Amino acid sequence: MNLTLKVWRQKNASDKGGFETYNVSDISPDMSFLEMFDVLNEQLVREGKDPVHFDHDCREGICGMCSMYINGKPHGPKDAITTCQLHMRSFNDGDTITVEPWRAAPFPIIKDLVTDRSSFDRIIQAGGYISVNTGGVPDANEIPIPKKVADEAMDAATCIGCGACVAACKNASAMLFVSAKVSQLALLPQGQVEKKSRVENMVAQMDDEGFGACTNTGACSAVCPKEISLTNIARLNREYFAAKSSSDNV
Amino acid sequence: MSWLIDSLTSSLGRKVLMALTGLFLILFLAVHLSGNLQLLKGDEGRQFNIYAEFMTSNPLIKVISIGNFFFILLHIVTSVILNRRNKKARPVGYAVSPTQSTWASRNMGVLGFLILIFLIIHLKGFWYEMKFGSVETTDYDAKDLYAVVKAAYSQLWYVAIYVVSMAVLAFHLSHGFQSAFQTFGLNHIKYSPIIKFVGAAFAIVVPALFALIPIWMFLNS
Repeated sequence: MNLTLKVWRQKNASDKGGFETYNVSDISPDMSFLEMFDVLNEQLVREGKDPVHFDHDCREGICGMCSMYINGKPHGPKDAITTCQLHMRSFNDGDTITVEPWRAAPFPIIKDLVTDRSSFDRIIQAGGYISVNTGGVPDANEIPIPKKVADEAMDAATCIGCGACVAACKNASAMLFVSAKVSQLALLPQGQVEKKSRVENMVAQMDDEGFGACTNTGACSAVCPKEISLTNIARLNREYFAAKSSSDNV
Repeated sequence: MSWLIDSLTSSLGRKVLMALTGLFLILFLAVHLSGNLQLLKGDEGRQFNIYAEFMTSNPLIKVISIGNFFFILLHIVTSVILNRRNKKARPVGYAVSPTQSTWASRNMGVLGFLILIFLIIHLKGFWYEMKFGSVETTDYDAKDLYAVVKAAYSQLWYVAIYVVSMAVLAFHLSHGFQSAFQTFGLNHIKYSPIIKFVGAAFAIVVPALFALIPIWMFLNS
């Protein structure tokens, strides 16, 4: 496959940045999108140019690091996969592919396609945990949890925090991420102790980081590699107002 | 009190204000439509004029109308605040725009702004005339608002503005109605399909009937 790539290049956070056009040839349809970028980068290094910087780690769709906005969609044209799981067979020979970084003020660009997503970490630090005493491993069935509830919590817990939801949202809202992180704990008995302060603190942190508000467009869920459902956002709304109206935090 | 202010000024709180005021305005639309359909009765506006007289003189309706104006204002102000926040969250846009949602849901602000322009034209044309203009009084002791409406709707451009505005309203409602319930946290396997169906039906039927009034009166003028 021969492809034309329009890639966002930006030296650092303060640089204005702009698109550069590259041609890559003899790309195997079996390559992953990131492997195609590896080919491009080897080419650039041979030419004595600065390779394109992009985030990646596990390359099997579970770490949440890869983050390319490909032809107007985070993680590319396919559903329910990350950029590293996208294969070149999803494109046609001769295609022009536009690759941009996640665009959001709380995700400042470090270089090229690499963004700083530590705002997500700070939201987690604000309440995305449970406090338990360490000790012996509790008996597996000591706390009965209905299968349906366990499944719902697990579905929410599959969020890998990649930020595609923010990237796709017209408001750069982090509601889907925060709702998944609140839901996975709010649904389970272990999450009940900090239930109220958790949602209050996580939403406050989300707002402080400068993410936009939710317009319920559903773009987040549509692009989510883990298909996190919008029901989580509804749950976040319920949890938030229930906590705000009944917690002791004045 | 700070918890209350925090709640209502958080991004979630402002969305709830949008949803609450939006649903109130949806209710208002239904009431307004039921009143306006009397224009089509074919009695030279007698019933409509009596209704309009009642609506402008009844003290309870006056209170509701003040509330209505207040909610419209709150809906607008909140949307402006949210919009500014949302724009700030993405200072640099994409070269290729995302399209993973409905067009209406991505353009609620623009649609709302067009509705506001329509509202100003609409209030100037009828509400202002009824309140402060010189509308003739009929022999049954009611202002002849029907004559004002009839004169307005005999002009093609005026009818065109109304019909286009109702199409804009339809798109605004198509997202707004169901979105309000999601904001309230009401997303349920049983109720969400009903909410979506009622929302879609409301978004089509109500603006269509509103648009029918000027079309009908134009054709019969």
